[in-house]
Amino acid sequence: MSTSVNTLEQSTPQVQPQRAQFRQTLSNALIITRREVRDSFRDWRIIAPIVTLTFLFPFLAQFVAGQFAGFVEDFGAEVIGTRTIPFLLMIVGFFPISISLVIALETFVGEKERRSLEPLLSTPLTNTELYIGKTLSAMIPPLISSYGGMAVYLISLVFGELTWRPEPMLIIQIILLTTVQALVMVTGAVVVSSQTTSTRAANLLASFIIIPMALLIQAESVIMFLAPDAESANGIGALWAIIAGMVVVVVLLLRVGNSIFNREELLGRTLDSLNLRGTAAKIWRNVRAVDDAGTPARNLIEWYQRGIWLSLKRQTMAARITIGVFVFALVAGFVVGLLPEWQLGLPGGMDLSTVGENVGVYTEQLLGPNPVSAIAWQNGRILLAATLLAMFSFGTIALVLTPATYVILGYATSQILVAGYNPLILAPAVLTHGIVEIPVIVLATATALRLGAIVTRLPRGMTVGNAWMAAIGDTIKLWLGLIIPGLLLAAAIEAYITPAITSLILGG
Amino acid sequence: MIESHELTKYYEEFLAVDSVTLDVPTGTVLALLGPNGAGKTTTVRMLTSILEPSSGWARLAGYDVRTAPEQVRAHVGVLTEQHGLYERMKAVEYLDFFGQAYKIPASKRRQTTLDLMERFGLMFAVDKQLGEYSKGMKQKLALVRAMIHNPPVLLLDEPTSAMDPQSAKLVRDAIIELQRDQRTFLITTHNLSEAQQLADRIAIIRHGRIIANGTFEELAHRFVGDTQIELRVREPLNGLAHDISDLVRVEEVGTDWLRYRVASPQETNPVLLRRILGMGVDVVSLSPLSQTLEDIYLQVVKEDEQQEGKANEHLR
Repeated sequence: MSTSVNTLEQSTPQVQPQRAQFRQTLSNALIITRREVRDSFRDWRIIAPIVTLTFLFPFLAQFVAGQFAGFVEDFGAEVIGTRTIPFLLMIVGFFPISISLVIALETFVGEKERRSLEPLLSTPLTNTELYIGKTLSAMIPPLISSYGGMAVYLISLVFGELTWRPEPMLIIQIILLTTVQALVMVTGAVVVSSQTTSTRAANLLASFIIIPMALLIQAESVIMFLAPDAESANGIGALWAIIAGMVVVVVLLLRVGNSIFNREELLGRTLDSLNLRGTAAKIWRNVRAVDDAGTPARNLIEWYQRGIWLSLKRQTMAARITIGVFVFALVAGFVVGLLPEWQLGLPGGMDLSTVGENVGVYTEQLLGPNPVSAIAWQNGRILLAATLLAMFSFGTIALVLTPATYVILGYATSQILVAGYNPLILAPAVLTHGIVEIPVIVLATATALRLGAIVTRLPRGMTVGNAWMAAIGDTIKLWLGLIIPGLLLAAAIEAYITPAITSLILGG
Repeated sequence: MIESHELTKYYEEFLAVDSVTLDVPTGTVLALLGPNGAGKTTTVRMLTSILEPSSGWARLAGYDVRTAPEQVRAHVGVLTEQHGLYERMKAVEYLDFFGQAYKIPASKRRQTTLDLMERFGLMFAVDKQLGEYSKGMKQKLALVRAMIHNPPVLLLDEPTSAMDPQSAKLVRDAIIELQRDQRTFLITTHNLSEAQQLADRIAIIRHGRIIANGTFEELAHRFVGDTQIELRVREPLNGLAHDISDLVRVEEVGTDWLRYRVASPQETNPVLLRRILGMGVDVVSLSPLSQTLEDIYLQVVKEDEQQEGKANEHLR
């Protein structure tokens, strides 16, 4: 019996150049794609709508556009009629890609349900190759139909009665929108499929994709009709913004998909049952844990010394990103404030001692009789909202909501500077309690970011569920141990010490 | 060829496989037996690098399941519990697809496919859609799929289930032939006579633990004990069982027969026979009963259940 161990490293003496490796990955992925596309084209339930939507629907849409344009023209509303034309182009493109969701659910969870996935998982193809292959196979037939349908629509427009022609850039925008929407649906379907074991459950969960997508289409329609730059040669600005946003969503979903489309996640999950009590128990265990094995703390001191420290260490990367974003927000606010069109034009040469004298009065007027709870609640609810929304946005909302304060702070600093004052006059009003508050906000934002983003890069050996429960455990632990006490302490300083010091420094 | 040491798998908190240590040398067949849910499939999935072990290690064909998963899968043929065929494909297309996935050159794929189809008697259905295949044919085709890349190690889950006796024999013969060709097999099955017929070594798994592991003879000796012998007489026994109880351990008694166990039949049986004949009893037959894997399996599981019961009682 051989006792030698062969590893991939040993079997491939030279590291393949990245490009060749990429080609190999793509070539292997296409093995899957070819099979599945061929399989899709053998299914009349997929072929029938594709043919209809490619060859019949565009003519119908063109006819409707013509009729509608004629109708609204009678009332002197030509602009509505003409804007119906690109709108219907978008609809002609969108209908076929809605099939991509069905194919994606079928190709991922359907195969799992029919038990044909395991033989495939037993081949040497890597998780990434399988993922790319299946994603492409879910996208190709609907996209062919979508591009075909849009081509038929545009050709029929050229040869039809309507004289209005959309801007080429608008057509490019619609094609790009269609493509990214298909990608969002397919990559979203992969995430949904990996969390279920039956197509029934997957179809139910797919409403998380369909509903936002339907709302997005409605928003795009409104933009197409109402945008002031609807006929600009550069395309509609708002649509570019949507395309950019969708690309970010696609990248995040691709990361999540690639992270959770793995053999362990696919075959390790066998039941869809919901065990709330078990989930709560696991989260609570993570809250009490002092090490990676989940050993509970024996007392409060150990919990602080080891448990909190363990969770803090896990936030290192997220904290670095958060600090970077905060600094960027501060600088951006400051730079924007220096632009003439954004300046407030504060009066210069004021006697700041009057401000200093009245700091206490302002504070009382603003915060009421219980300033500590008012300040703590104000900060706490923003951080709490950022944390909750981060869970559904891969952490991105946390990096949008909380840095807003720093944009304002940067902007305020620049306005004070422009008005001819020393910006350091802000320091006592910000830094006195900021010494505590800023690190707490950084920590809370970093925790929210990690909580949302954990699914995009799962810790080794963890399923999505486990990773999320561990991150929720860390979040609760840090909120209980540091964030809530920190917010209360910062609020107390802000309510009682900051006004006094500010008043002192400003000469009140 | 197949080695594992303390291989363990947890699903969350559930311990599915507990410290499984196996050693299957090249050219050997190991039958992994056990009740449903015992951990057989999870063990096979870990051995094929589909699931990552929670702890312990395993190597197949010299490749570590953790560090070289693609190499492991390239050297292993797997017949899964469910055949999992793509029913809209034809057999040749299906095997060609898996041939590509196993990176077999295009020039070889078709010939290998046809050779294997011929070997398993499926040539007549080579161009049929798999949806038209019978259950047994599907099972055979799934076996062909597992062998398409000519792997040195084959892990087969219930290889002959759903097959008619003739097809099952064909598959068994193929396994024996491949074994002669130095292929290594791990077979999980509930068909104990088939396991007895094919396996060089037998491992029994229960609640994720290997509770018995060895050759048939080793297990028979350890768990079933001494040879059982049946004595048949012409007339009713009339207390004969009691009269010979000082010589042998009588286990079962009928009207005109009894079964006993004896450590050394060569020495004891002549003495016993002389005594019985001396008592005027006419002996019809005295024959050893053959031991089956079923006897061993049931005994192993029974002993484990008893031990478990004791352990639970102790805990209470």
